[in-house]
Amino acid sequence: MSQFAINLLFVGGSFLLYIGIAIWAKAGSTSDFYVAGGGVHPVTNGMAIGADWMSAASFISMAGLIAAGGYANSTFLMGWTGGYVLLAMLLAPYLRKFGKFTVPEFIGDRYYSPNARLVAVICLIVASVTYVIGQMAGAGVAFSRFLEVEATNGLIIAAVVVFIYAVLGGMKGITYTQVAQYCVLIVAYTIPAVFISLQLTGNPIPGLGMFSTHTESGMPLLAKLNQVVTDLGFREYTADVDNKLNMVLFTLSLMIGTAGLPHVIIRFFTVPKVADARWSGGWALVFIALLYLTAPAVASMARLNLMTTIYPEGTAAQPIEYDQRPGWIAHLGRDRSDHLRGQEQRRPYPAV
Amino acid sequence: MSGHSYDAENYWKANLRLIFGSLIIWGLCSYGFAILLRPMLAGIEVGGTDLGFWFAQQGSILTFIVLIFFYAWRMNKIDEQFGVHEE
Repeated sequence: MSQFAINLLFVGGSFLLYIGIAIWAKAGSTSDFYVAGGGVHPVTNGMAIGADWMSAASFISMAGLIAAGGYANSTFLMGWTGGYVLLAMLLAPYLRKFGKFTVPEFIGDRYYSPNARLVAVICLIVASVTYVIGQMAGAGVAFSRFLEVEATNGLIIAAVVVFIYAVLGGMKGITYTQVAQYCVLIVAYTIPAVFISLQLTGNPIPGLGMFSTHTESGMPLLAKLNQVVTDLGFREYTADVDNKLNMVLFTLSLMIGTAGLPHVIIRFFTVPKVADARWSGGWALVFIALLYLTAPAVASMARLNLMTTIYPEGTAAQPIEYDQRPGWIAHLGRDRSDHLRGQEQRRPYPAV
Repeated sequence: MSGHSYDAENYWKANLRLIFGSLIIWGLCSYGFAILLRPMLAGIEVGGTDLGFWFAQQGSILTFIVLIFFYAWRMNKIDEQFGVHEE
């Protein structure tokens, strides 16, 4: 079976699963449509929040950011998880207690003002649209790879699929679809990480592996990584930042942003009780942390792997010849030049 | 039954005390140990680097999880104590 056929089978299979779940959990009332009938179990809700949160930025790009920036980019790890502490203590239980469907309704009633409600709606739309633009661009890129179509068409296919199951199932359908999505995402992310960690350190848990001994050199993995990157003239991977205030403020803004995301907040309306809203914040962070504790390990191990692939004889010796570069580096180069040429080359289907 | 049959003032005080306590730990583990106090923890070695780095990439996240569960458990207890929990 060709790679394309395998892609179609798996991508198509997961679409069918998601749409099937949406039909099974079809919304039957207004309450079903907006807040899944308010009957979602906290653990299920936590998983759905996890899938909501593990989007383009966390799933596709975060490990790469950390690999490139080292310690300085820990801001993303702390920011995108620390926001849940604020959300769980300062926002979610009170909004749930209020018992309405949306945040603008809360603002409008709290300040006795339809205008305040209107302002909240506008803020909500601005925040959501900004967020969705990034997410859809990510979906377009991912789908263009799987289905070997252009990014724009990939984006349209993703939008149509999401539209079908969102309209059919409402919040109820989406909740159960996202539980399935969470399982798919986390398995896809952690399996390679476990095997990379086993190979480099012999420890099957990536988060522990990155602080263990690098089997090949006998040094701690991070010390080995620091040595390799400084030999090549880069800053130490674990080097401290010069501007602490900058890092503090950056982390703080990421945390506040996390606590304010509309699609995460609304999830706290879907549980039966205020007590459940509190628990689901904790469960959400557990499921998110499975990815966020693995990502920094993937980052440091990938950086080490990249360096040792290019300098197989050590940093003092010559790097590999350009023609000898492994397939995936060659592939990156080809994709990039295709992109520069304007994508005419990447059309696998004959024009109809 | 009036809306204030329970001791609203003390309930709110207990609520705030719990939140402030939790947020102090939250800030200490992220902004403190992982960023501002990292140079002071540089002597404590963890797997080829220092404790501050561990807090930045693992420890802070683990602390956040414990914090939210502790808060949920404690706050639900306070709700029961003041009789404002839902059946």
